[in-house]
Amino acid sequence: MSAVAERRDTRQDEFASELHVYEPHRVGLPHLAPYLKELWRRRQFAFELARGNLRAQNYNTALGQLWLVLNPLFLGLVYFMLVTIVRGGSRGPEFLAHLMLGVFAFRLVSGAIRPGSKSVVSGGRLILNTAFPRALLPLASVLTSIMRFLPTLIVYAAVHAYAGLPVTPQILWGIPILALIACFALGATMLVATAQVYFRDTRNFLPFFLRIWIFACPILYYADEVPERLTWVLYVNPLFPMLASLNEAVNLGQTPSPALLAGSLAWAVAALAVGGFLFISREREFAVRL
Amino acid sequence: MQSASDPATSVEPQLAQEDGWAVKVEDLSVTYRTPVQKRPTLKGHLKRLGRRKRIFREIRAVRNVSFEVPHGTVVGIIGVNGAGKSTLMRTLAGIVPPSKGRVAVYGRVSTLLALGVGFNSDLTGRDNVVLGGLAAGLSRAQIEAKYEEITEFAELDDFMDIPMRRYSSGMYGRLAFSVAVNMEPDILLIDEALSVGDARFKRKSFDKMRELCDQARTIFIVSHALKSIRELANEVIWIHHGRLKMRDEPDPVIEAYRQFLGVAESDEVALEDP
Repeated sequence: MSAVAERRDTRQDEFASELHVYEPHRVGLPHLAPYLKELWRRRQFAFELARGNLRAQNYNTALGQLWLVLNPLFLGLVYFMLVTIVRGGSRGPEFLAHLMLGVFAFRLVSGAIRPGSKSVVSGGRLILNTAFPRALLPLASVLTSIMRFLPTLIVYAAVHAYAGLPVTPQILWGIPILALIACFALGATMLVATAQVYFRDTRNFLPFFLRIWIFACPILYYADEVPERLTWVLYVNPLFPMLASLNEAVNLGQTPSPALLAGSLAWAVAALAVGGFLFISREREFAVRL
Repeated sequence: MQSASDPATSVEPQLAQEDGWAVKVEDLSVTYRTPVQKRPTLKGHLKRLGRRKRIFREIRAVRNVSFEVPHGTVVGIIGVNGAGKSTLMRTLAGIVPPSKGRVAVYGRVSTLLALGVGFNSDLTGRDNVVLGGLAAGLSRAQIEAKYEEITEFAELDDFMDIPMRRYSSGMYGRLAFSVAVNMEPDILLIDEALSVGDARFKRKSFDKMRELCDQARTIFIVSHALKSIRELANEVIWIHHGRLKMRDEPDPVIEAYRQFLGVAESDEVALEDP
């Protein structure tokens, strides 16, 4: 009777006391509903961590946050120079737009995976001190990457205008496609972050893997230039349907083909499912593995 | 200060109110496997493929421990290095899941188990305090309300806006301690952190602990500083090889533990904080 009254009291209190019961857990996924609820409750943590990462990156540089625009611009130009030399100067400004969009979209993924791979391992102190859904750590890496991606849109818009490419309503297809790329990045980051806990040399493989991956994407070339006997490379590449449909929508201003969209959706869902399953089913063990 | 993400966590306020415990541990065992190699690498895994070599060592950190602690108790936990004290504390905090048994914790928990503040040394002290609080499930407003108190207690006003990598280790410790004790927890878990900072700060943190004890908070302290334990705690648990070896008032347990260690009571060096 008094217990009921007490309970009502604690509910009213903002700093409500809670009872936590810890019992042995079954193997596999925890109950997802409470897990996602806790995750959502702490979403500010992921945002704050992402913003902090961004601030910390350029803390000591003279140009500071201007590097968020300069860095991708220079990178795009370096690749463009490379392709121009290899091709004997046969590429025009519309190819520059294609290349820039591809490079920036690829960096949305690689920029999440690379720092994300150590998000759990380097979060050791926090993990050992506080209980919270660990998926917030890779999530923050993806948010950082998204925040770094947004300024590159300015660079792209300038190149798009310079190349005289069409501006149509179909460009808006770019938004859901980029969202799918971000979902894929989250799945891949959770996968790599988990792998890094168990195999500490995952991180050493990553730069090479990412380098090969960017060359396997239709970024430094158009997808239809790939010789017949090598097209399988495109089909096993999760980023191919995403980049190709992004190219159709944003570069060319057309409605992306349904097959490419379906492929993008399938890869994004698969990455989230596999990466999420591995990470969340393993995360209760992270504290004793660090 | 935290509520865990563990699926086994459930909120049942009426139950705990009835029996009035702050912490109830029933037949708790924590066993985990740890790789034998120093650093788990792919090469190591490949090398052992095919060879039937045992690559994991099973660590039974806590074995069949049961105890209940009512609200307002200050519990000292003592034991030799590797006895399972830290694992027990992490289980109470919901960081390491139990392998067997059940742990019920009633109240908001604040932890100082691994100097959690400052986990990202590229960020400023301020960022780290905010991040630590958000991870623990506090709202931005709750953290802001406590922020002044935290910096004032840690005496780091000038340093809060520079990256923590420039901090000295004493400053790290002071900030972490200040965050943990200023969150107004119902239950405070502190692992070997009574001795941070210089002599003056040590005194100050000891006084703060006293104050918290007087406010009828429940506190768990793991420490090798038996003198401090004797002064602060009103109950001491001695853990040995993961088992609860003795639990009683401070004097008899500390005396037994001291005899077990073979250290004389007059040995100031051995018994006080490093």
